[in-house]
Amino acid sequence: MEYMILNFSAETTDGPAPGSPEFGALMGRWMGYNQMLIDGGHWISGASLTPTAAATTLRKSDGTSTVVDGPHAETKEQIGGYYLIEAKDLDEALELARQMPTDNGSLELRPVAFRPDAQ
Amino acid sequence: MVEVSGNVSKALADAARLQAPRVLAILATRFGSLDLADDAVADALVDAARSWPATGVPHNPAGWLMTTAKRRAIDRSRNVTRDYNNTQASAPQLLEQRESADKGGRHLIDDRAGIVDERLRLLFLCCHPALNIDTQVALTLRLVGGLTTPEISAAFLVPEATLAQRIVRAKRKIRVANIPLSIPDPLTDRLDAVLGVLYLIFNEGYFSRSVGHGSPVRVDLVAEAIRLTSILCELTDEPEVRGLLALQLFHQSRDSSRLDPSGDLVRLEDQDRSKWDQSRINEANGHLFDAIGQMAPGRYQAEAIIAGYHANARTASETDWGSIAAIYSQLEAMSGSPVMSLNRAVAVAMVDGPAAGLKILNGIQDLDHYHLLWATKGELLRRAGDRSDAIGAFERAIELATVPTEIRHLQRQLAQLESEI
Repeated sequence: MEYMILNFSAETTDGPAPGSPEFGALMGRWMGYNQMLIDGGHWISGASLTPTAAATTLRKSDGTSTVVDGPHAETKEQIGGYYLIEAKDLDEALELARQMPTDNGSLELRPVAFRPDAQ
Repeated sequence: MVEVSGNVSKALADAARLQAPRVLAILATRFGSLDLADDAVADALVDAARSWPATGVPHNPAGWLMTTAKRRAIDRSRNVTRDYNNTQASAPQLLEQRESADKGGRHLIDDRAGIVDERLRLLFLCCHPALNIDTQVALTLRLVGGLTTPEISAAFLVPEATLAQRIVRAKRKIRVANIPLSIPDPLTDRLDAVLGVLYLIFNEGYFSRSVGHGSPVRVDLVAEAIRLTSILCELTDEPEVRGLLALQLFHQSRDSSRLDPSGDLVRLEDQDRSKWDQSRINEANGHLFDAIGQMAPGRYQAEAIIAGYHANARTASETDWGSIAAIYSQLEAMSGSPVMSLNRAVAVAMVDGPAAGLKILNGIQDLDHYHLLWATKGELLRRAGDRSDAIGAFERAIELATVPTEIRHLQRQLAQLESEI
């Protein structure tokens, strides 16, 4: 079986400063976790996303789509799947999302911030 | 301190308002970074303000600004590289994001439409639907219009800090989400968004005049919207752009007659038409004629045609209400907006009498909380001789209205009605 782990957390800006020992320790724990998954043969892919300030949502309703600034905010709808795609810019990513064969619902587009297995 | 002469301060103002946006657009395209370009242009404007009073205005201020801003952009990108190298030494994990943003950054230059004015790209970027509408308006005025943050905050009565924050967030989103500086293909949907922003800026300027919050530093948003729409007209021959420009010019032609000396609204039929600016009307007629000739109708052209019927009527009684009603029914079909039905009711009442207008009004849904529905109802009921219902409708309109000049205007109509036998 493959499982997806979705990491929900509050967006805070008061973490340790890059370059500080605390920051190094924090990153070390994440790197250690990644390595544990890789060494155990569990790793498929994983990434951190940029904060929702950079999110764009494509709302689809009966086949027509509208671009909206910000993350998906509807609680009735649940995550049904995911794609990790390569696109040259937001317009190309939106165009690819537009072509997804869903007629209703929301597609949230978030840039990937850091993916350990990225080339 | 060197005294700044009148022509130096005018040259500095022109540099900021007229030349800087163009330089910004060119540098943003060339360097693939809006932030870098914006900072470099700001640096160059500071340099100009420092050196021009002493050296005099350069022979070619636009060229001077371009050269200086470009040099500043190169300096800044060197500093960015130095900071990058420092961070790489201390916190390499943070740089993945930077690297991918830069990788995308090179794609910022995207030439699907061949040679275009960079300002057009910039305008499409500022009005990108991935930014919310308030942000689109602020960014457009700031980057394409060359207004300062304090000027925009005064124009919209938004605290300066809020507006500055909005612009910082927008620039960050453009960078992080990698929104491209490109000419969209197809153009239509995205052009609608740009026209929507320009229309909003115009309306804000046009209607806020009657709210009477005019502070002396307030920027003339009507003039600003017209200037931006004119720029867009130079860059594309889409008929809707020309239609919007015509619409704005028809409205602007009535600037000196639409408010009385106390700042209250004067109804169209009561305005002194000799005060209407005929050169504006002629200019608008020309743009509208060109637009309609392209045989691609649209909302702004339709609204401009209506504004044109009013502007070109020598007296209120010569207004061609029959044609206006016909255009409103087209707009009704195009937009599905009940406000268009309301407008059509007014025009139909002028042609076929108040009963015909009231029949349309009674069929309108979803506008029960709109003061102008009740004001129109009141006016048509008065004309139909139904005095008590007319009074009720005006009272409801006054309850719902929020703009002081409109409330005063409605109260005058109500008082007049109550004084009639």
